Order: sequence, then C-alpha cells, then structure tokens
Amino acid sequence: MAIKQLTVFVENKQGALVSITDTLAAHNVNIRALSIAETQDFGILRLIVNDEETAEKTLSEQGYLIKITDVVGVKIGDAPGKLTAALGVLDKAGINMEYLYAFMSRTEKHAYVVLRVEDNTAAEAALEGAGFHLITAADVCKL
Amino acid sequence: MAQNYYQKEIETMPLEDMQKLQSEKLVKQVKHVYENVPYYRDLMDKKGVTPADIHGIEDLHKLPFLTKADLRDAYPYGLLAKPLEDCVRIQSTSGTTGRRVVAFYTQKDVDLWEDCCARAIVAAGGTNKDVCQVAYGYGLFTGGPGLNGGSHRVGCLTLPMSSGNTERQIQFMMDLSATILCCTPSYAAYIGETLKEQGYKPEDIPLKAGIFGAEPWTEEMRRGIEATLGIKAYDIYGLTETSGPGVAFECCEQTGMHINEDHFLAEIIDPDTGEVLPEGSKGELVFTSLDKEAFPLLRYRTRDICVLSRKKCSCGRTLVKMAKPMGRTDDMLIIRGVNVFPSQIETVLLNEGYQPNYQIVVDRVNNTDTFEVNVEMNAEQFTDKLSDILAMEKSLANAMKTMLGINPSVHLVSPKTIARSEGKAVRVVDKRKLI
Repeated sequence: MAIKQLTVFVENKQGALVSITDTLAAHNVNIRALSIAETQDFGILRLIVNDEETAEKTLSEQGYLIKITDVVGVKIGDAPGKLTAALGVLDKAGINMEYLYAFMSRTEKHAYVVLRVEDNTAAEAALEGAGFHLITAADVCKL
Repeated sequence: MAQNYYQKEIETMPLEDMQKLQSEKLVKQVKHVYENVPYYRDLMDKKGVTPADIHGIEDLHKLPFLTKADLRDAYPYGLLAKPLEDCVRIQSTSGTTGRRVVAFYTQKDVDLWEDCCARAIVAAGGTNKDVCQVAYGYGLFTGGPGLNGGSHRVGCLTLPMSSGNTERQIQFMMDLSATILCCTPSYAAYIGETLKEQGYKPEDIPLKAGIFGAEPWTEEMRRGIEATLGIKAYDIYGLTETSGPGVAFECCEQTGMHINEDHFLAEIIDPDTGEVLPEGSKGELVFTSLDKEAFPLLRYRTRDICVLSRKKCSCGRTLVKMAKPMGRTDDMLIIRGVNVFPSQIETVLLNEGYQPNYQIVVDRVNNTDTFEVNVEMNAEQFTDKLSDILAMEKSLANAMKTMLGINPSVHLVSPKTIARSEGKAVRVVDKRKLI
C-alpha cells in the first residue's frame, strides 16, 4: 500500500539541488511531490517520483546518498479542517509522526498528504478505519 | 632598563662554565638513566654505548634518540627512573593511551620546573609586588600548575583563575589590579577584545606584562595583544615530556626564547639523518633533561622545527636562544593550546562505526581557533530524518571531545566528497597563517 519516498542528501553548496533535478530530468523521472528539510550545512531532499528505481540507480551512480523509505499517502478534501481531521485520527491512535508534506491535485478538488510515521501499518489502518482514502504508488504515477 | 634575574648566576653564566656544568650533569644523568630505566638501557646497549663512553656534552651525539613512539611503547611506567614512592605528581597531555604522555615528577622535579617558570616571570619584569593572574588551564595540562608554581616562587600574589569564564577573569583583573597575565595568546587576545568591547582603554587596564604560550602565534598577533591590553607580551615554550612551560622563555629583547639549558640541553638535528647540525641551522629540536629525576628523557625529539642562536643578548642572559618553532616534522596540530593528532580523530571514527574518511579544517577567527571535522557518511548511516543526522553529528563531536579535550564542530558529508590530492585524501586543512 505504501508509497516509496526517495531521500537524497544534499550538501549546502551552490548548484547542488539543480544537479539532482537535472539528472532526474535527463532520465525522464517526473517529480510528483517534493520537500526539503535543511540545516546550515546540508539539506535532506524528499521526493515522490513516478519511477523511483531509475531515480535511485542514476543518483547512486553519481555518488549521492540515497534512501528509499515507505511513507503513507492519504487523500483529503480541499477544505478548511480536513488536514486536522486526518491528523486527529493519527493522534488518537497514538501514532508518532516524523514529518509530513502536502500537495494539491490538478484535476480533482482534493489534496494529498504524505506522512512519515513510526508505524505505517497502524497509521494506514487508523486512517482507513476513519474513512480516509489512501493513495498508492500507482495513484501517484497517475497524478 | 635594569635587568632582574631570578637565578642570575645561572642565567648569565659564561658559556664555558655552562658547558662544564652541563657536562657534569650529563655524565651523572646518563648513569642514573642507564641504571634505572631498562627501556633506555636496551637502546644504549643496542647502539653499543655505555655510561663510561659519556665524558661530557661532546659525547651527547653517541646516545640514542627517544621519540613519541618510545613514550607510547613504554607507557605508563617504562621510562620512569625513580620508585613511585619518590614521585609526587603527574602531568599529562590529552589523547589515547598511545598518544597520551604521562610525565612523573619528584618534589625536586617540581621545584626545578617552578624555578624555570619563575625565571620567565622575572624576565617579564615580575617581582613580589606583582599580581599574577594565571589563566592557563589547571589540572593535567602543565600550563596552569607550571606558571602557578613559578608565580609563588617569585612571590607574586597569585590568582589561580584557570582558563575560561572571561567575565570573572576581567572582574578579578580589574578589582585586584592584576599586573601579569599568563595564558594562551589566543585567550589573551580574546580577553583583550572583551575588555575593549566593555569600553576599557589600554591605560585603564592594570596589566603590564603577559606570558603567553602553549600554541603558535605570530608577531602580528603579539603587537595586537600588546596594543589592546597596553602590555609587553612575552613568549614561553615547553612540553610535558620535559616538564611543561618554562623550558624556554622570552626576555625584554623579544627576539627568541632563552632555553634553561642548565636543565634542558638543546640540540638541532637533521630530522631525516639524525645528524647534529651546527648553531644557526634549521632542524628538529632535541632536548636532554639534565636534572629531572623521575622522568629524565635523554635526546627526546620534540618534532618542532627550530633554530638556535648564541648571539649576545641585550638582556645580559647568556642562555642559548631558540626561535619560535617554524613547524613540525609530524602531523600534530595545536588547536586552542591542545595537541591534536589526526590519528586520534581516526580512532574515534573507527570506534563509532565510521570509515576513517575525514578532513580536519582549522582556522583562526577573531583570534580563536575554529576546529571542524568533516566526516563522510555511508549509505547505511544515511537516514531521511534530519534529527537523526544531527544527533549523529553531536554524538561524534562528544566522542572527539572525550578523546581530545576540545570540542570540534562535526559535519557529516557525502561519500567521496573530501578533497583528494593525487589520490590521497587531504586530512588536514590549516588555514591559520601562523608562521
């Protein structure tokens, strides 16, 4: 069920990010969602792409530190309070969250939230149990 | 300017008399070491030298050298020449067992060390009317204990501040009218800058002299400290292996440091061949302790590159002078007064589960050394959680602090990003311009 997230270590140097996106573009990898966490010295780039295998292979070959992590994707309504409702479900189930990021759909009136939690199975069960619609890797490619 | 000496007879002794004194002491010392230090006796036996071959300093070159590797092999008691019940003190450098130097002192050893420091204080104009603020670290590090003892001997009112807590240093300095400051040059510069920020002008500061050592500093830095604090700044040299600070000290001429050669016999050698070089040649400084009882190192190679001079000094002292060390023959770094070997960093990395792919970057910003260690992380260690990576950096920095005694700033970097020169990684980038 889970979505594969690609994490890349980015040193805080001029041109570091563009060389990554350039590599991905050259191999026809399309980025569906992206988030960056940064410190003064480095950043952690998190990506949801349409083809994580190619992305991992090409970036690894270029010497980048890569990690593939399972994350949970959930569809929520595009209206005030919808994110709170989803987070409330996890909170109630006692599931710790590391980070999240969200993006809008171009076609539907929906938003998608990518969640990095301690326990994916528990999070998925809690969200589905509360009537949320989870998104899959295949859904991501179609977005 | 009238010159004061702490031990005038020794400090102004004619060369011929000094050499006679050194010869007498050397003959006795070699015998003492040969009889009491099996480690060195083996070295002498291997070289086919016995105490009977040593008639005076002209025979010094016949003796084998001691190096840091010998100190490692003999750790901790292998070079001890007195029973432990005769020893009253140890001092030590930072480092692992292999790199750590533990030096032993009898009461007489402590006395002569303190005398050496007293000579330095008097040469800087110190008398029993002075208030001497010792802001070197106290403890295993020799800086604080050495100058503290010297200050007592001169009869100064001694302020045993130890290093750090600059606000308190300044408060005591101003309230008790400290006239002599002893610390590392970078700390002196820092105290000076802080005083300036607080609005003190050089003429408001009671200090008249400073005795600064334990790390490299430039002439430019000296002039800066002198201007900010309104003092005359004197260099001092020493190493734990021989005793501590006070092996050599500067006089009012400020053109090199007089070696206390009645206790520490100096030679300059070619670091590659071991051959003794004539006065004025640049080479590795070697010391023989003539009076030390507990830890008497003969022909100890300091790894400092230096020049000796017997040019007549206007202060009246006849003690041979050494120039400021111009570099090292090994890879030791002195950071904030602490000796750091790249191999120590390597040991920590291996202990903590990292590959030894690292680079040390040292710089000096606002007269204080900065100390960064970049470490390559591998794919297994990398994680998508920022907090985990920051925690890894912090834990490595703590392990290095435990090993070295000073705190580096650790940065994890991508594999194979540390600069390699001709295939060999560049382990140390020292941006300080000290020589």
